[in-house]
Amino acid sequence: MADRNIKIAVLSGKGGTGKTLVSVNLAAAANKSTYVDCDVEEPNGHLFFKPTAVEKEEIFVKIPNVNKDLCIGCKKCVEFCKFNALAYGKELIVFDEVCHSCGGCVLICPQKALTEKEKLIGIVETGISQNVKTITGELKTGEASGVPIIKNLLNKAKNEKGFIFIDCPPGSACTVMESIADADFCLLVAEPTVFGAHNLSMAYELVKVFDKPCAAVLNKTTGEYNPSEDFCGKYGIEIFAKIPFDNELGEINSNGKIAVRENYSNKDLFYDLLVKIKEAVK
Amino acid sequence: MKRLVILSGKGGTGKTTVAGALIKLSQSKAYADCDVDAPNLHLITRQNTEPEKKDFYGMPKAEINQDLCVKCGLCQEKCRFDAIKNKNESYYIDSFSCEGCGVCEAVCPADAVKLHKAVAGELSLYRGDGVFSTAKLKMGSGTSGKLVTEVKKGLSQTPQETQLAIIDGSPGIGCPVIASLSGADAVLIVAEPSVSGISDMERIIRTAKHFDVKIAVCVNKYDTNISNTKKIEKFCLDERLPYLGEIPYDIYAQKAINQGKTIAEVDCPSADAVKKIYEQILKIIFIN
Repeated sequence: MADRNIKIAVLSGKGGTGKTLVSVNLAAAANKSTYVDCDVEEPNGHLFFKPTAVEKEEIFVKIPNVNKDLCIGCKKCVEFCKFNALAYGKELIVFDEVCHSCGGCVLICPQKALTEKEKLIGIVETGISQNVKTITGELKTGEASGVPIIKNLLNKAKNEKGFIFIDCPPGSACTVMESIADADFCLLVAEPTVFGAHNLSMAYELVKVFDKPCAAVLNKTTGEYNPSEDFCGKYGIEIFAKIPFDNELGEINSNGKIAVRENYSNKDLFYDLLVKIKEAVK
Repeated sequence: MKRLVILSGKGGTGKTTVAGALIKLSQSKAYADCDVDAPNLHLITRQNTEPEKKDFYGMPKAEINQDLCVKCGLCQEKCRFDAIKNKNESYYIDSFSCEGCGVCEAVCPADAVKLHKAVAGELSLYRGDGVFSTAKLKMGSGTSGKLVTEVKKGLSQTPQETQLAIIDGSPGIGCPVIASLSGADAVLIVAEPSVSGISDMERIIRTAKHFDVKIAVCVNKYDTNISNTKKIEKFCLDERLPYLGEIPYDIYAQKAINQGKTIAEVDCPSADAVKKIYEQILKIIFIN
């Protein structure tokens, strides 16, 4: 443990189930840890940690640049581009926002009329918040894909020691895959509705595709019927914690505070959860 | 036909709960679930018919013919997506990472790499009284924006007299959200009164402003943090965005959903609040 790291991915399928609540509090409860916010479209972890000593890096992708004097209008690049990011009218036009930066057009151009230029798509920030190193990213609004930012975040985290908590984006698409691909353990956070259970089933399916060990955290539990708990029972998913719906935690969390660093009466919950995770990854 | 998209930036603020209620209240004949990553609208809008299902082909995936491969490694060198792995001296494609750009196929000197069509999801179109278009992205596929565009195409099959289509969006601000915004007439943002919810609301509004759409805001679970709700109201005032009202935290909402109903079908405080929001959004879409 001292000389290696353990990556815990926190995911849910559905948004707003409490991924950030769980991962932020676990990172704060661990002795020394790293928190990685892979939800670069709507990053929130930094709002809780309020990191200091922040170092900022700009993230660029490559997009084609046309030298109009060299372009002869052969349209080979237009035919090649699978993303329809190039079109030829009176001259060659590049649609930056749909370009996937594959570099194919530059390779294929017989006239060497295409080169690459850099386009800013967002930032990555590293900082410190007490015992936690924070690595967070932010996609510029209007940009389509945060995957290059997520790759950068995870790359920065990989040499850290101890626990690394990866706060995943919602859904089950490419951004989540990037986030869990190298995880040692997955924690599935679910809420007590049919929506929660349905999306838990999707997240679980994804975890199975990657063959990762996992457990569930049931959030916002009341005494009422919990479809997500049913799902866990049916598929033999161990439930590591239940976080009851309570106004005290709701208020702490909605004000951007970290429960284990506050005077929260039920904070043992997060320490107990951490112990269970430690056991599971031994 | 006007198109109203429900968005939030942050997940779990109540987009589907509000969308479901608006569909019931407006007796909508055209609605769609564009949250193809985690679709839920079908769970509360009971359908009497079986859907027409169709495979969705996303980007192609590359495949290496091992018999032809000369193991030069050029494809791996040129691939920008780290999708070509080397194991036991042979090269193979990691199809999760492959974006189907075709660079490997183009550079291969031995003609060993070919792109193949790949199923990336499934579209479902329900035709009963009206049209309900939804889809599910295949686990781990990356072309959700394109699939959202296909889901929206399903709405073109609605009866001509249909006035309002309601589209449930996805969280975030990236490609699926951008795809759901294109061609929309109005956006209703369902905000949540938390520090995270406010930050995410500001980012989705900035994103929506790239489009020519009317933007309005409502707050869900407003009473879980009144002072943050006030901040959202003030933000809307400063930004000159219509603030349509507040929905209380309501245990009956959760119960309705777990019974497969929209909140508009039960007598509860959240339903009353959504009714007022509904009347106002209609004015914004059709009058202003």
